[in-house]
Amino acid sequence: MTEIALTLTDAHASTARRARRQRLQDAVFRNATLAFALLVLLILGGVTVSLIDGALPALRAFGFGFVGTEVWNPVSEQFGALAPIYGTLVTSVIAMAVGIPVSFGIALFITEMCPAWLKRPLGVAIELLAGIPSIIYGIWGLFVFAPFMQSTVQPFLIATLGQIPGIGNLFMGPPYGIGILTAGLILGIMVLPFITSITRDVFETVPPMVRESAYGLGATTWEVVWNVVLPYTRTGVVGGVMLGLGRALGETMAVTFVIGNAHRISSSIMAPGTTISASIANEFTEAVGDVYTSSLVALGLILFLITFTVLSIAKLMLLRLQRKAGA
Amino acid sequence: MTMSNSATLAVPVGGLYHRRRIANKVALSLALGAAGFGLFWLVAILWTLLYNGLSAINLSLFTENTPPPGGEGGLLNAIFGSVVMTAVATAVGTPVGVMAGTYLAEFGRNTKLAEVVRFINDVLLSAPSIMVGLFVYEVLVVRMGHFSAWAGAMALAVLVIPVVVRTTEDMLKLVPNSLREAAAALGAPQWKVITMVAYRAARNGMITGMLLAVARISGETAPLLFTALNNQFWSADMNAPMANLPVVIFQYAMSPYEDWRQLAWGGALLITVAILLLNIGARLLAGLGTTRK
Repeated sequence: MTEIALTLTDAHASTARRARRQRLQDAVFRNATLAFALLVLLILGGVTVSLIDGALPALRAFGFGFVGTEVWNPVSEQFGALAPIYGTLVTSVIAMAVGIPVSFGIALFITEMCPAWLKRPLGVAIELLAGIPSIIYGIWGLFVFAPFMQSTVQPFLIATLGQIPGIGNLFMGPPYGIGILTAGLILGIMVLPFITSITRDVFETVPPMVRESAYGLGATTWEVVWNVVLPYTRTGVVGGVMLGLGRALGETMAVTFVIGNAHRISSSIMAPGTTISASIANEFTEAVGDVYTSSLVALGLILFLITFTVLSIAKLMLLRLQRKAGA
Repeated sequence: MTMSNSATLAVPVGGLYHRRRIANKVALSLALGAAGFGLFWLVAILWTLLYNGLSAINLSLFTENTPPPGGEGGLLNAIFGSVVMTAVATAVGTPVGVMAGTYLAEFGRNTKLAEVVRFINDVLLSAPSIMVGLFVYEVLVVRMGHFSAWAGAMALAVLVIPVVVRTTEDMLKLVPNSLREAAAALGAPQWKVITMVAYRAARNGMITGMLLAVARISGETAPLLFTALNNQFWSADMNAPMANLPVVIFQYAMSPYEDWRQLAWGGALLITVAILLLNIGARLLAGLGTTRK
């Protein structure tokens, strides 16, 4: 009798010990995953702090005037961010002007017009294209697209649009081949797969019932897309576009090859210019002196603020659509 | 779509009906044109790459180091450097990403903190990679006093993390709760439920995420420009600058020398083929995962 009782209490004790050990292991595992999740926040914090820290000397030297001056002179150590900011914004606007309608067209084609057997391969192809690194677009732009722009497109633009008073100013000057316009167009081609794949995805969140009701009422394909699908997915489409914009703003290599790296603002969009990321990529390793390096980091900080805002808006818009689809 | 509209629909060749059909035709042809236009450029890029790259591919590309201008050579040191830094970055970034993703999917599903981490992670996912380069430059290169392959690998690791976090979370969320409950009912502690049941069920998806991350970093140039820099010679020292394909392509393509440009095309084709293969592999693996369920 006593022997059995003893082994029973023994068993109880060992079970309790094991339970305690398991609880401890659980706590360790749980907190370890928590620590790594916090590390993600820490990375963003680290990026922010290190950029601010690196940019301080330049901001101290030039103050907020840094953002508003065009001069970029390594010899006299005078630096201003206006030309790169201008270049970044203009190339991105050109990229969006090309990218948005074309991506929308491709997405419309895939979701509404394309035969079922072509749908999947086309979708996969678009996603594979999104994986092609930007340096490939850059090298293609430098050796193929820029010469084509120089020999064909730019002379044509100068001869036609360049003659119109007013907007003609945008298309003046010699055809360099490289420059703001070329960089913007390459960016436009580059963001196509990104915007297309998101637009297609959000188009497919439209319940078939809604779509088919519209068709049932006799709406044409275009009317279904324009009056039913698009209003239903508006926030998602805008989110996708903003995501593409975020890419275009921060894109480095595709632009660096063909922008010309000239720190000035020209009235013509065919002239060479520079963007924030291209300036950093081109000059950072060659920058001598604290102020020069720090000015480049300050450019990085400005880019960070711009893209962070754009990407946050994109994310919020996509989240809102997700909630709607989930509800 | 209103009642009056459907009334006009009954008229076979009415003015409104006709106009709507024409508007439809025009819009759809524009969409078709846009699709053709977009795909044309993307195909054109791949075609030029193939055309120029294939003529640059030969045995010495894989057996010789990067040459001085005018000399004979290949890309051996650059290929080696890219593989090493990608491997180190993946080895560092994947566990971090898996753990963080596990927290998001298993422990913090509906917490505020998880929501914030998820949001920040998605922003990091599409943040410009050149900023990661600047970050690592400030944190590692300045402290160490010189460029190094370690710095390059760390910059790439920072890019791996968000991709892996995202796919790990998504894949763990697909694991049915009944599996977890069954394991828990047998008395398994939570960490065992996660590592031995949930990870196993989500394994294919998680490997897919890792492959996608490798594909993403193997073409990244901007974060390496001022972390790993470049090296004209063979180097296996992680503490020294190391050659890597993307930066070599950048420098050689921008150079005025014809033979360097040839090598740049060869390298570009190598990277693209490797990335396409990784992407296709990842997709096939993901496909396997879904059919098994």
